[in-house]
Parts: sequence; structure tokens; C-alpha cells
Amino acid sequence: MPFVSQQPLPEGRAAKIVVEHLTIVYSDGRESLRDISLTIPANAITVLFGPAGGGKSTLLRAINRLNDLTDVLRLTGHIRLDGVDILTRETDVIGLRRRVGMVFARPVVLPMTIRQNVTYGLELAGQRDRRRLDDAVHRSLSAAALWDEVHDRLDQPATSLSGGQQQRLCLARVLALEPEVILLDEPTSGLDPISTEKVEFSLNELKANYTIVLVPHSIQQAARMADHAGFILGGELVEFAPGREIFVTPRDPRTQDYVEGRFG
Amino acid sequence: MITPLRGRRRRSQWTQRLGFALLTLSAIITTIPIVMIIFVILQRGLAAITPEFLFAFPTDGLKAGGIFPAILGTVYLTLLMTLAVAPLGIAAGVYLAHYAPATPVTRWIRVAILNLAGIPSVVYGLFGLAFFVIFMQFGTSILAGALTLAIMTLPVVITTTEEALRSVPNSFHVVSVSLGGTDWQSVRRLLLPQGLPGILTGVILGLERAAGETAPILFTAAAVYLPRLPTSPLDPTMALPYHLYVVSTQVPGMPPGIQFGTAAVLLILVLAMNLIATIIRSRARARRMW
Repeated sequence: MPFVSQQPLPEGRAAKIVVEHLTIVYSDGRESLRDISLTIPANAITVLFGPAGGGKSTLLRAINRLNDLTDVLRLTGHIRLDGVDILTRETDVIGLRRRVGMVFARPVVLPMTIRQNVTYGLELAGQRDRRRLDDAVHRSLSAAALWDEVHDRLDQPATSLSGGQQQRLCLARVLALEPEVILLDEPTSGLDPISTEKVEFSLNELKANYTIVLVPHSIQQAARMADHAGFILGGELVEFAPGREIFVTPRDPRTQDYVEGRFG
Repeated sequence: MITPLRGRRRRSQWTQRLGFALLTLSAIITTIPIVMIIFVILQRGLAAITPEFLFAFPTDGLKAGGIFPAILGTVYLTLLMTLAVAPLGIAAGVYLAHYAPATPVTRWIRVAILNLAGIPSVVYGLFGLAFFVIFMQFGTSILAGALTLAIMTLPVVITTTEEALRSVPNSFHVVSVSLGGTDWQSVRRLLLPQGLPGILTGVILGLERAAGETAPILFTAAAVYLPRLPTSPLDPTMALPYHLYVVSTQVPGMPPGIQFGTAAVLLILVLAMNLIATIIRSRARARRMW
């Protein structure tokens, strides 16, 4: 039984996402999740960390139903977003993905200009109003701490940006949709320290308005960023606790071993 | 003990050099036929190509005058064929690249396409005669010929479309979906625009092959001689490859200038299409944003 903190969420934070007994098995027997339950609070950064292949990405991809693209053999349990189960057949998956954005480990900019990358999601949603699109470009690039660097070359190919800039563009692309939740899967794994700092800075700014779930690329980043943290190992949630408790006084010996660098 | 080792090394170096020399030679040999064909045809045909040859009707039992109706007929046939084959072939390629589930039906479709590509062109001609000319009652006509050519070209267009779309990174599709895009929006906004140069190349290559084929139009569209230009898709037409066949084998005492002139025009037409395909491809590569 994992050490899941039963205390109510601190500082009067509301529960944004509630995962209940989530089990996922892939058809090819790959990485899976076993009976995961946790509560992700609104307006905070929840960090999910653990060794590679443990199922962190699978959990993230379940929250905006990107697993639909993968061959999932069995999926049981519930994920509730604002109390509504999003794993049902009736779920409006497209609407869900607009509410729950995802930033991937490798920055994948679309083969178009910087501006078009930001407006892509809005245009998919049918937004055509030039002024609104321009507003969104300014707003999201600023929020992703990229505006100052690119405002004078918005119509250049997005591939002309550096890796760090591309990843912030991917973040801006998600922000343009004004989602409620942002999922980030090792967003800084390919970035230099300065770019990493910029992304982390944006995330800390953004958490006032968004629910952020972050799979960090290092235990240090986990400790730096976490308002809440869960340790995932071999498809199980070993421990989940508010604040940085988990890094200071881990309760499970496996968490302790991992946090102290004895494996990983 | 050292000497034999060194000897072996020297021998293996020598073998390697010989091997590479043979490979290079093989590569060079493959270019000889194409160079010779182009050289011989142009050398003997260019002189025959005059404005009259290009823009006049044949006279004197095809032994004099021009080949204008044949040129125009080939253009008509190819254009109409493209109208038929491009939408169908591209749609099928999109389906196979993006939607086709891994089921026996999909496998069956792929086998069918492969086999379609392997059928001899004269068989297409007979099929066109039986189906389009007789059963559909199109008669010997541009329409029947173009549709027969379209079926023959279908596998090329489907295969190149599928390959062009598969070369677009799947991560674009995943990103699009993660931003609330539908499957169709991925196809429409990312796969098709990014794959377009490859698709166009495929269509042009198909077109090029069709423009030079004789057998499929032999029974379905082509006429030895027509005193006037076709005015509707249901009219028969003269066509360059068939005209070449006729002037080369069917009329005794034909001046070689006409034969090689016709061959040269056909060759130039096909090479020009090839050139256009190459230009499209290289320009698109230069502009590609990934």
C-alpha cells in the first residue's frame, strides 16, 4: 500500500485531477501502471518522478488521452478532471485536449513559422479572428518567456530557433489554447542550464493560473520545482506527499534510496 | 612470420581495389544505354523537328507533313488520365499511410496494388477494350484510353503518395492531436502539405510513363490517321507513341526523319516532365522546415 498522504490539500487548494485505481497495460507488454491513485491540486506544480520506464509518461498521457494513439490492451480506473471522469467512451477527447495541454521531452516544432506554431491549436479550434490570434501570440510567447527573443521574427521558420527556444515555443503553443492543466514530460531533458532555468521560471510564474504536472528530468529539478511530489517506480505510485516532504523525510525505503541516489 | 601477413594484406588491398573498380564500372555501364538512346534519337531526329513538323497534320500517307494531332492527342490523354488517377491514387495513398488498420483487408488491398503494378501493359489495353470501350460503351475514345492509362498508373501514384506521407515525422501528428486536432486535421494541415512534393513527383512520374505507353491505348483510343482534331473526350485520337509504332513498322518507304523526329519529340516531352519533377522535388527540399 503506497504512502499516500490522506491529509486534505494544504492552503485550501482545490483538487483539480483525481486519479482513482488507474491500471494501464499495453498490448506489447510494455511499461504499464498498476492501481495508481493520487490527487493533483489546482494552481500548483505536481512533480511525478522516478526511474525511466516506470510509467510516468504513461500516466501523463492518460490525463489528456494521448494513450488513445497507442495500443492499450487494458485500462481500468478513473481520472476525474473537476470531478468528471475523462476516461469514458463519451468523453469529448478533443475538448479535453484543449483543456489539458502537453509539452513533450523533445521539442517538436511544426514545419511552419513561429507565429503559425503558436496559433496552430487555435486555428484547429476554428479561431480565425486575426486580432485574437495576434493577441494569443503575444500573450503566450510572453508567458513562455520567449517574446523578447522572437517578437521581431515571428514569420521565420520555427526551426530557426535554438533547442531551448523551440521548447519554450512548444510551451507557448500549449498556452495559446488557454488550457487549465499543463502536462510536461521531461521538458528540459535536452536543454542547456540557461534554457532550463528559463523554462522553470515560466512554470513558476504560470502555476498561479494553471495546474501543472511535471515529469522532471532530474531529481534535483524534482526537488526544486515540487509543490507536491509523487514517486513512481515500476508502474506503482510508491509515495505521494505535499510539499517537499518526500525529499526531506521519505517514508518508503525505496523512495529514500532513490532520493539519496542509491539507484536510478 | 611477418612476410606472409604483409603479403596477405597487400593481396586483400588489391582485391578491394579490384572490387571497387568493378562496382564503379557497373555503375558507369548502366548509364551507357540511356546516353546512347538520347544521343542517337536526338542526333537523327532533331533535324526533322521544324515548326511544320510540330504544328501541321501528316500528309502523303503519313510520309510527309507534321505530327501535330499526335502531340495534341498525347497531351489530351495524359491530362485526362491525370484528372482520373490523381484524386483516386492520392486518396488511396492517404488511406494506406494514415488510416489503414493492420487487418487482412488492408493486406489484401496492398497485394492488389502490387499485382496491378505487375500486369503487362498490353493486358491493360485488352481490359480497357473490354470494359471501357465495349461494356461502358465509350467506344474507341480519349476517355477510354485515359481511363485505361489511369488504372495502369494507379499503383505508382498510390505507392509514392504513401511513401511521401510516411516520410513526414509521426511526431507532427502526435503534436497536432495533443493540441486538440482531429486525424483529418493532421492529414490536411501537416501530412498533405509536407508530403506534397513527393506526391507531385509520383504523379509526374506516372504521367511520364503513361505518356509513352502504346499498348494500353492501342485498342482503346488510338487511330492511325484522323483528318481532324478530336473535339470531345469521346472521339478517338492520334497519339505520339502509337504514331511512332505506325510510322516505324506499318508504312513501307517511310523517311527515317519522320520516325526519329517523332521519337525525339516523345523523348523530349518525357524528359521535360522528368526535369519538372526533379525541380519540384529539389525546391521543396530546400524549403522544407524540418
